[in-house]
Amino acid sequence: MVRKKPMDQILAMIGECKNLLILGCDGCAGVYQEGGRKQVELMKTAIEMAEEVKKGRKVNILTDVVERQCESSFCASVVNPVIHNVDAILSLGCGVGVQVLADMYPNTLIIPGHDTMFIGVEDRESGMFHELCKACGSCLLYETGGICPVARCAKSLLNGPCGGQSKGKCEVGGWKKDCAWVLIYNRLKDRERLDLFTVFRAPKDFREMQHPREFSASGG
Amino acid sequence: MRQAYSELMKEISAGKFVYTGELEPVKTTSLKEVLEGAQTLKGHVVAVNVTDNPTAFAYMNALIPSYVIQRDVGVEAVYQMTVRDRNRIALLSDILAAGALGIKNILALSGDHTTVGDTPQAKPVYDLDSTTFVYMLSKIVDEGVDLNGNRVEEPPKFNVGIAANINADPLEPEILKLERKVKLGVDFIQTQAVYDVERAKRFMEAVDYLNTPVLIGLAPFRSVGMLDWMVKFVPGIAVPEEVQERIRLADKRGGKAAVLEENVEIFGDLARELKKTTRAKGLHLMAIGFEHIVPRIIERAG
Ligand code: SF4
Ligand code: SF4
Repeated sequence: MVRKKPMDQILAMIGECKNLLILGCDGCAGVYQEGGRKQVELMKTAIEMAEEVKKGRKVNILTDVVERQCESSFCASVVNPVIHNVDAILSLGCGVGVQVLADMYPNTLIIPGHDTMFIGVEDRESGMFHELCKACGSCLLYETGGICPVARCAKSLLNGPCGGQSKGKCEVGGWKKDCAWVLIYNRLKDRERLDLFTVFRAPKDFREMQHPREFSASGG
Repeated sequence: MRQAYSELMKEISAGKFVYTGELEPVKTTSLKEVLEGAQTLKGHVVAVNVTDNPTAFAYMNALIPSYVIQRDVGVEAVYQMTVRDRNRIALLSDILAAGALGIKNILALSGDHTTVGDTPQAKPVYDLDSTTFVYMLSKIVDEGVDLNGNRVEEPPKFNVGIAANINADPLEPEILKLERKVKLGVDFIQTQAVYDVERAKRFMEAVDYLNTPVLIGLAPFRSVGMLDWMVKFVPGIAVPEEVQERIRLADKRGGKAAVLEENVEIFGDLARELKKTTRAKGLHLMAIGFEHIVPRIIERAG
């Protein structure tokens, strides 16, 4: 379940980007009419208008929708052909979709257009699953290079890494899994955005994550 | 810069080279060992850290021994607080209690994860992280309000310390994280144990720009068993071959007593070297259960 981020936040994240791809998702986000074809087109119009009024400039916006943004193969067929023409992708999927894209295109800014409120019931096939998103309700993937510390740092630290990090591995589970904060650091360093790394992230408002949760797609 | 409220900060501000010690209240209701330890350290160190359920082992609440060593022994405490076991409400509650009991130093820590401790089934809290905890402390001490802006009557006056992973690899994210914390109101930094002067120097150079007093951590080896454990299970801690060799040989030569003497030499010399060649404002000596070595290391450091 996702909720559109406030427009001001989206515009702030777009910043000076000139060539944008708005990528919807026909999976969960599409089914519930939050990130499907129609929302992608509405978002395009909204951004074009806002950019012209607020910054007096034109942004080149491509749009597309993938069947399921949480599956890299689906994303690849749609995004690969155009990736060289865009500076950033605005994802209208959930926090998982953003991170799948961020892993596939580490040098491209992936902007979360949604706050993921929670993950509803979904059957998943067997195999390995990695938890990518805890649906925390205030997505900060923009600041963390498209890698979620809420779900992927064992302590959900917002200002890591902790002292338990060694050679990029996490103390939890015996230094076998990657430390999310070192991943974030490496990603941001590669993209020359360490300024985002050093940002102070204030204590989280956990009200958004309280369970049992309810959410109305019409903006509740 | 926050005013110096504690003896520790007063001495650092006065330009003295300071020493701090460390005590660990373990799984017991007895304060006997902690008080004896504090007595041994008294006069040699300016303050003593009291650990808060270290490596996520469930021990006595650190606030009680922090208070009692100040009251009965007259040694200042550095009350260690982790965010692992308390949410922001419980943290505030303990902070106010600490203020009422005359605690002057708080070391804000994230705390090792519950899964590495002796109660791995526990639900970890991490409502705040050590950075947001520093932010909370600054609000209380400097502005007299809690995180939500609610007024705190007669706010406590603490100096706030943080820990640094001196052996961090990669080092840069650690430094950047320290920078983020320092900006929020940190008075001093205590580092994890270091055994290697070069590493310590590299770290001290990297944090120089933060302009915050650093106490470098030293942890002598109580026994060969402890050495083996450090080498095997504590990643990121590099004990040079030569040091390991000296401890092991001493053990063969003369058992526990010889190990102790060897430690005095190794760590006394290391302390002198760090004092001389780095811009550390002091050393943090972690010799839990064998505090008697601390005065001897300090003496040898000169
Ligand atoms: S910050 Fe993490 S948990 Fe929160 S919505 Fe984004 S990906 Fe999900
Ligand atoms: S080592 Fe890294 S991933 Fe693990 S708890 Fe610490 S910051 Fe989080």
